[in-house]
Amino acid sequence: MVEDRRLGDAIAYVILSIGVLIVAFPVWLTFVASTWDNPTIINGQLPLWPGPHFFDNYYRILFVGTSGTTREPVAGMMLNSFIMAMAIAVGKIFISVLSAYAIVYYRFPFRMAAFWIIFLTLMLPVEVRIFPTFKVVSDLRMLDTYQGLAVPLIASATGTLLFRQFFMTIPDELLEASKIDGAGPFKFFKDTVIPLSMTTIAALFVIQFIYGWNQYLWPLLVTTRDSMQTIVIGIKKMIVTSDALTEWQLAMATAMLAMLPPVLVVIAMQRLFVKGLVETEK
Amino acid sequence: MAQVTLTNVKKVYPGGVEAVKGVSFDIPDGGFCVLVGPSGCGKSTLLRMVAGLETISAGEVSIGNRVVNQIEPADRDIAMVFQNYALYPHFSVYDNMAYGLRNLGTPKDEIDRRVKEAARILAIEPLLERRPKQLSGGQRQRVAMGRAIVRKPQVFLFDEPLSNLDAKLRVQMRVEIKKLQRALGVTSIYVTHDQVEAMTLSDKLVVMNGGQVEQIGLPSEVYKKPASRFVATFIGSPPMNILPGTIDGPGIVALGDAILEARDLRADLAAGARVEVGLRPEDIEIASEGEAGSLPFDIEFIEELGATQLFHGQLAGLPFIMQAATDTISAQPGRLWISVDPDRVHVFDPATGQRLGL
Repeated sequence: MVEDRRLGDAIAYVILSIGVLIVAFPVWLTFVASTWDNPTIINGQLPLWPGPHFFDNYYRILFVGTSGTTREPVAGMMLNSFIMAMAIAVGKIFISVLSAYAIVYYRFPFRMAAFWIIFLTLMLPVEVRIFPTFKVVSDLRMLDTYQGLAVPLIASATGTLLFRQFFMTIPDELLEASKIDGAGPFKFFKDTVIPLSMTTIAALFVIQFIYGWNQYLWPLLVTTRDSMQTIVIGIKKMIVTSDALTEWQLAMATAMLAMLPPVLVVIAMQRLFVKGLVETEK
Repeated sequence: MAQVTLTNVKKVYPGGVEAVKGVSFDIPDGGFCVLVGPSGCGKSTLLRMVAGLETISAGEVSIGNRVVNQIEPADRDIAMVFQNYALYPHFSVYDNMAYGLRNLGTPKDEIDRRVKEAARILAIEPLLERRPKQLSGGQRQRVAMGRAIVRKPQVFLFDEPLSNLDAKLRVQMRVEIKKLQRALGVTSIYVTHDQVEAMTLSDKLVVMNGGQVEQIGLPSEVYKKPASRFVATFIGSPPMNILPGTIDGPGIVALGDAILEARDLRADLAAGARVEVGLRPEDIEIASEGEAGSLPFDIEFIEELGATQLFHGQLAGLPFIMQAATDTISAQPGRLWISVDPDRVHVFDPATGQRLGL
């Protein structure tokens, strides 16, 4: 087939550029707003280039806090969010890799029943079972704790399913070779299954970290003290609708800071992450 | 080293499928036993039971006078080479070979010595730091062999180790496996569906079919005196011609109008009894018309194999193949008179397929 490659390429680039602009412009605007002072923003005449208050705004929001509804500095919120996201990501990987190993490699009574029960939790995300989950967490006195933030979100089937599918592609001969080489179930897990799963683990880590970092509803319910709130809750609390006293430059700076860790995680693990999602060779 | 003995070994899968229906034989110390048969005949299952990868439903497997039915694979003192090599993809070649020894708690310098020695024997010394992914099929095969050698096991188990290699490499590795086994003197069991591998490697050939042993013997015995029609057609290439015939008298069978002498034939068979007569394509000789025992063969087309030619055609109205060295027969379709040495006429019972030999 003969075609004008240059024209085709140009059209593709134009469409891509429009897409990038649509996605990136609001982010740019957020960044710009976080570098001006509040009157400039409220005037409705926000310039399209960064202003002179970058260091003032970021220093204030990170270590001092707003003067309005939430007075906590954002550094603390970021720490809370980070602990929660890490606990969810690590906890979920730990639980799902073990449960998938049990389901794939062990023959025990009600194995398929166990698998289907785990599978069912896919249909029951936190939002659906929020009231009973809240009741359980509060009865266990886990309100306003990191456990309370993380544990209910760890329990879900996505990781188990992902690892199960991956483990099923590991050739049986590797297990048999391990048996003959004198490696028991734990050694096989540690020496063969985990090293082969590294890319899958990395992919799941990225997905779960971002999932945990972006949680809104659940932290809103289980945290009441300002010192326990996460950054996503913090942003919401900074935007005051009625009084028009929102310190927009600080809210925008917080939004920028909230975007940062997921971006860093993705950049750091990008190669492993992409490999984990497309990996086929064993 | 060790002798391996199988006594009435059976494998019944849950659901009642009987994969191995009571197999007994033994392999002397240092022997090379090949299990051969079509796919699904139970040969791999049998090997895996010796390895301990399948439970034994009934019967007994013993290695070196020790019953191993209930012993874990790692403690049976065996090493196995898998069809797809089953190398650990995340380990270097060195670690692949050392892993089993490490799990046994072998001292480091001993592991190092044994791995280096195996690498030298197999000529894979330059590859020790590589990953399996960076190796060719033949090299992976060697590493899989190396992993077996370093263990210094009592028994080697091979599960179709050459079937993933190309034809040329297969011949080369076949010779190497034989040499290696001779040099190390380790009792070996080798599973294959390739009859050439089976004939060339074994000093004890076990032909299996449908979960049962059809014949056990030296490869030459199995070739010369196949115990059944199945073995006769399975061993040998191109396969033996099987023609329906009748008993004409003691040591004489009739194929249509032609009369054929068969030396290895039971004498108690009634004249006129139906039999099946087996003639190997390579045993056919050229005769002249009217000579006693000569058969008319109508050649239809010829296949050139280089050193030999295959003549396809009809004998007594049935498809028939003969093989002859190139240029001994004019390669033209037409009628040819042929005969067979009475020692090389095989007669089988049409109902049971068993050899009707003396």
